[in-house]
Amino acid sequence: MEWSALELSLLLSGLTCLVLIPASIPLARWLAFTRFRARSFVEALVALPLVLPPTVLGYYLLIGFGADTLLARVYQSLVGRGLVFTFDGLLLASLLFNVPFAVQPIQRAFETVGRDLRHAAYVSGMSAWMTFWRIELPLAWPGLISALALTFAHTLGEFGVVLMVGGNIAGETRTIAIAIYDRVQAFDQHAAGVMSAALLGLSFVAIAVVYMLAPRPQSDRD
Amino acid sequence: MTDATPAENRPNVECDTGTAAQVQRGAGLYVRVARQHPTVIDAELSCEPGELLAIVGPSGSGKTTLLRVIAGLARPRTGVVHCGGQTWTDLDRGVHRSPQQRRIGLVFQHYALFPHLSALDNVACALGHVPRRERAARARRLLALVHLEGLEPRMPSQLSGGQCQRVALARALAREPSVLLLDEPFSAVDQVTRRKLHQELVLLRRRINTPMVLVTHDLDEARALADRLCVLHHGTTLQTGPPMQVMTRPDSALVARLIDIGNVFEGVVEGHDRHAAVTWLRWQGYLLEARPAVGFAPGTTVSWVVPSSHVVLHRVGRPSRGHRENPVHGIAAEVATLGDYTTVIMHVDGDERTALRFSVPTHVAERNRVVPGTAISVSLLADGIHLLPYEAERSDDTVASTDRRVQKTETRDGVDAASARGLPRQRT
Repeated sequence: MEWSALELSLLLSGLTCLVLIPASIPLARWLAFTRFRARSFVEALVALPLVLPPTVLGYYLLIGFGADTLLARVYQSLVGRGLVFTFDGLLLASLLFNVPFAVQPIQRAFETVGRDLRHAAYVSGMSAWMTFWRIELPLAWPGLISALALTFAHTLGEFGVVLMVGGNIAGETRTIAIAIYDRVQAFDQHAAGVMSAALLGLSFVAIAVVYMLAPRPQSDRD
Repeated sequence: MTDATPAENRPNVECDTGTAAQVQRGAGLYVRVARQHPTVIDAELSCEPGELLAIVGPSGSGKTTLLRVIAGLARPRTGVVHCGGQTWTDLDRGVHRSPQQRRIGLVFQHYALFPHLSALDNVACALGHVPRRERAARARRLLALVHLEGLEPRMPSQLSGGQCQRVALARALAREPSVLLLDEPFSAVDQVTRRKLHQELVLLRRRINTPMVLVTHDLDEARALADRLCVLHHGTTLQTGPPMQVMTRPDSALVARLIDIGNVFEGVVEGHDRHAAVTWLRWQGYLLEARPAVGFAPGTTVSWVVPSSHVVLHRVGRPSRGHRENPVHGIAAEVATLGDYTTVIMHVDGDERTALRFSVPTHVAERNRVVPGTAISVSLLADGIHLLPYEAERSDDTVASTDRRVQKTETRDGVDAASARGLPRQRT
């Protein structure tokens, strides 16, 4: 069992959730409530990482993170580190490939908050901000939990993009999924088995938590 | 912050009609809006404090949109909304207050209760203008007002439709609104509950002195509850007036069809007798005595209506005084008994193109042996014959919407409910 790999994976998943979920809320709400011409286009962009092979996404990220790109230079000057084969780059990649897992469940949840409910809040004198906190967010809560679990579990298990962008540097970019692959390559069936079981358990717990926390849909009354 | 605006805006109201200007200055509601998109609206209405104005019209006539404009949830291209002595919307002057800045009580068709909050919290939500520590007590009082004591902790999912409706009403009243807007509030509850809620609304009106606007597609409901009816069609207000006036003296054949006066015919003005205060109308070989309508010159082709309430069935073998008044003969073509009332469609002189519709108590129909195919006679009461500018029959869209309305009623409440209102079953 490579504890450093597990630790790295958990750190990556945790940070991804911490940054991505709050950032997804306004985007998801906007997509749920606003009708505009380019909406399908934005939605397609959000869903793209779902259908793209991880290696393709990883390839573009690798090119984009390259030392002589603007992004990398700005990042270098701000933080003093590069993006390729570093934890920072891995986190940035993780944020990108998790966008659909974070945005879509939250968007679906906001969509269930009908227009009448928001309007009822407005005519009751509640400001848009208060309506968001007291009505929309509590009602969209199950979607937020889903997004959290999906993003967490998906980051734990992501392999292709991590390998392309992060490589396999112990303690820096070697996540548990990479470590499993590494062990299998080295014919270390025992270590691979233990880590696979750990990943399986973690993923299962994450998904089970979602189903426990998400309230059962109540029967619709007309 | 915008509270200061009405004072400056007032001089503007002088350009409107006298009554409208009075309403604008007073505590009532005055609305005049026009817009093209997404739904056409060209409407003007007013509602005094304590008055109940019913907006009626078929589905898609823009009733709900109009309410949304009043509430500030939709923005017309041009228009004004004055209420409670304040200007809520005056787009020529760039005034358009947000819903939060208007004191509105809005009861939604499907209640729109917050599903994650208890009945008490749903009401307390609308008490933002009250000090925090007083909100719970105030919300309890409001729930008591709508007879929901003891149900404060219940979630909306644990309440019946009628109870949800009351919570929604309590929430609307919590705002201490300058106007109470009711968007088909009784359409989603069963017939028994609806009747109970109707009674409660009548009682509530005695306790609060707020203009109330009720949107409904149920003409019986509108007639029973409203002080005035406003007939809306394709977003345009066609006629406003007391229910009896609108129901017996529609401004146009279109209004007559919209308010379900099936008896719209075409005739020619024969002349006027100013002394006897009657107008003579030539129709299908009959010379009918009608309410004076001296505005129409003799020889003018007119549309005319007679509400089914002004069609009197002649008793078999027992002539009465009424027989002298516009007797018309024909064949009972369709006879539909719906509970206490029987609706008869009579083909005048056997001509199926001229169908006269009326209702009689079922026992009257039975005693006079009114069955399909029998010859019957009726009197058209002169007071009920109302002449209108001629309008060619346009049965397509308006009749279709009336049919939809009737159909909807039947599927919702079952045939018994339809019968209780004396709705004609043949038309569905």
